[in-house]
Amino acid sequence: MATRAPDNLAATPSLPPVRHRPRAYRRHLVHRLDVKVSPYAYVAPFFLLFCAFGLFPLAYTAWVSLHEWTLLSDVHEFVGLDNFVTLLGDDYFWNATFNTLSIGVLSTVPQLLLAIWLAHLLNRPLRTQTLFRVTLLLPNVTSVVAVVVIFSQLFGRDYGLINWVLSWFGVGVIDWNAGTATSHVAISVMIMWRWTGYNALIFLAAMQAVPRELYEAATIDGAGGMTQLRKITVPVIRPTIIFVVITSTIGAMQILAEPLLFGTYSPTGGPDRQYQTLSLFIYENFVKLDFGYASAVSWMMFLFIVVIAAVNYLLTRRTRGNLT
Amino acid sequence: MGKLRPGMATPLLAAVLAVAVTACGSGGGNGGAGASSGAAQPAEKIKLTVALFSDFHFAPLYEEFKKTHPNVEIVERRAQFNDHHKNLTTQLATGAGAADVEAVEAGYIATFTPLADKWYNLNDYGLGKRQGDYLDWKWKQGLSPDGSKLLGLGTDVGGLAMCYRTDLFKKAGLPTDREEVSKLWPTWEAYMEAGKKFVAAKVPGAKWFDGPGENFRAIVDQAPVGFYDEQNNLVAGTNADVKKAFDLSAQMVLADESAKLAAFSPPWNTGLTKGSFATIICPSWKTGSIKDAAPTTAGKWDVAAVPGGGGGNQGGTHLMAPKQGKHPKEAAELIDLLTNKDAQLKLFTDAGALPSIPALYDDPTITGFKNEFFSDAPTGKIFTDAAKALKPQHVGPKAGDVLTAFGNALQRVEQGKQSPEESWAQALKDLERIK
Repeated sequence: MATRAPDNLAATPSLPPVRHRPRAYRRHLVHRLDVKVSPYAYVAPFFLLFCAFGLFPLAYTAWVSLHEWTLLSDVHEFVGLDNFVTLLGDDYFWNATFNTLSIGVLSTVPQLLLAIWLAHLLNRPLRTQTLFRVTLLLPNVTSVVAVVVIFSQLFGRDYGLINWVLSWFGVGVIDWNAGTATSHVAISVMIMWRWTGYNALIFLAAMQAVPRELYEAATIDGAGGMTQLRKITVPVIRPTIIFVVITSTIGAMQILAEPLLFGTYSPTGGPDRQYQTLSLFIYENFVKLDFGYASAVSWMMFLFIVVIAAVNYLLTRRTRGNLT
Repeated sequence: MGKLRPGMATPLLAAVLAVAVTACGSGGGNGGAGASSGAAQPAEKIKLTVALFSDFHFAPLYEEFKKTHPNVEIVERRAQFNDHHKNLTTQLATGAGAADVEAVEAGYIATFTPLADKWYNLNDYGLGKRQGDYLDWKWKQGLSPDGSKLLGLGTDVGGLAMCYRTDLFKKAGLPTDREEVSKLWPTWEAYMEAGKKFVAAKVPGAKWFDGPGENFRAIVDQAPVGFYDEQNNLVAGTNADVKKAFDLSAQMVLADESAKLAAFSPPWNTGLTKGSFATIICPSWKTGSIKDAAPTTAGKWDVAAVPGGGGGNQGGTHLMAPKQGKHPKEAAELIDLLTNKDAQLKLFTDAGALPSIPALYDDPTITGFKNEFFSDAPTGKIFTDAAKALKPQHVGPKAGDVLTAFGNALQRVEQGKQSPEESWAQALKDLERIK
């Protein structure tokens, strides 16, 4: 039938379109639009939401950061890069940067090593396999508030469980919250508690895709468990490792709830700002309603994350194994 | 099939747009969820929200209000002290999310009264008639800066006393009778010396006081001028009384008298229960906090006079009605009921909140009130005496932030991170950041 013609045309594009029949031509146009435009409509939801809640805030924050902008005043004076100049000379900003990096390294590195090791242990025939895997994920589904409140008590100075256990070994009373290093350790432990299992599951998924023959061959060649992990597993799951390293690092850059709650809601992160992270520093300026300055810090943090993600990518890419 | 696909794409696109639009809509309207909906007719069901920063023991009063207003449902929500006030600031600025009745504490009242157009003028709802009831200074704190509008009505004031643990005093060989204990510390210097005796007695697990911040606040509160002068200029850095209070508090810390517990933190709660400190500065409302936080310590406490010869107000609250509320008439009536004589009388016996209505200071229910929890201390008499001696101080707009800066400074000394001089210098720098 003639009305079916456009369909056939589309199926065999080498034929010229039928131009003499306007009705058929219109159908043809609709079909072409469908082929060209529909895919965009299908991916549009993400981009619409991303523009509304990702791109627009990002751009607007940049705009705000160029102003003296407080919530209660209706006048927003344009000050150019003044906020950034102040920021670069602000001791508290650099202190927060140091704390963020320190907590980031302290939490991410052991966390990922532990996660790979846990995944390796689980990547073998086990009884009640699902139980183990679910258990790994449990800390992650616990509310962060609950985790921090409990851990703050464990790390308590006078009546904390950890100090009590340490006292058996003759370690004196540690004021975890007061010291810079001790508070960073305490916060890192909370982060590791929540995310190690989650990352282990991602690694486990990747490990299950590693061909069994490689391990069998290695076993025949006399390679032990650790050697197999180092020489086979890690090189093969390298793309997954890169992914996890980057997401964990970005996560570590954005730590907010843990230090905020560890300091019982103090936005300064301890009296000496000993564990004030960058996010907490933004939050402090935000609750002071100094939006211009808070936006400037946000943008600096964004730049840091981009730089660190790039460095991470380059570093992890170099851990290339012999297999690939 | 070619006909079907474009047909599907259109509704799909429409759905996508709809999702995006609703997502934005609900994002923007999120904060308004607390506000009551629609313009209500008088008989219609009304929901009033009341936002507080701790348990004010208002529940029985709500029931009373419902007797005369059967159509009103009251929902109370509570947040942590600083969060409550920060939230309120953003809610006022963005025009959404505030409750119908908001509690504002004395440290923040001067932040909010200048924003007179954000609040209902309670004079419009006939509450101006209450002026005669009130302590003059408490009434004035609730007015707009030009004095023309009534924005908030006071609940309580915070006359000062010193709570102490008789069991720990006994162990340290100090007197336990409240008259004799009061004689131990006519001044804050004498309080520090008594503390040295207590520390020397080495009572296991116990220090002299909880933390330096609240003592510092009390000493400053007793001075004629605090952090701000009458013209709202920040004078904390140059006011000799503030420096003296800081130095004295720091010296007490260096004398190892502090249990190093920040007030109202979870370890502080534990410390209250376990007897980690022997004395604690007690504005009247804190007798209620102690009872709530450490119920098992009943009978181990007593109340003596505050060092430095009475005077000083710490805390106390106003109730205010933001203009975002849809039911100002009912909100004003609720505020009236929550602050009237009967309510204040009841809140004193229930929660230790000292009335801001001076006529009640001679009411036998209060003057004769003995607090069972505090070894039958005559807290009614102690706190009304303190309230009568009270010389109110002007509270400036960012008094809360200033106090935080000094509190952090004293904690740095306490944690051995800085000498008092270094810490003071840093506190002054922090003050410069307060805009």
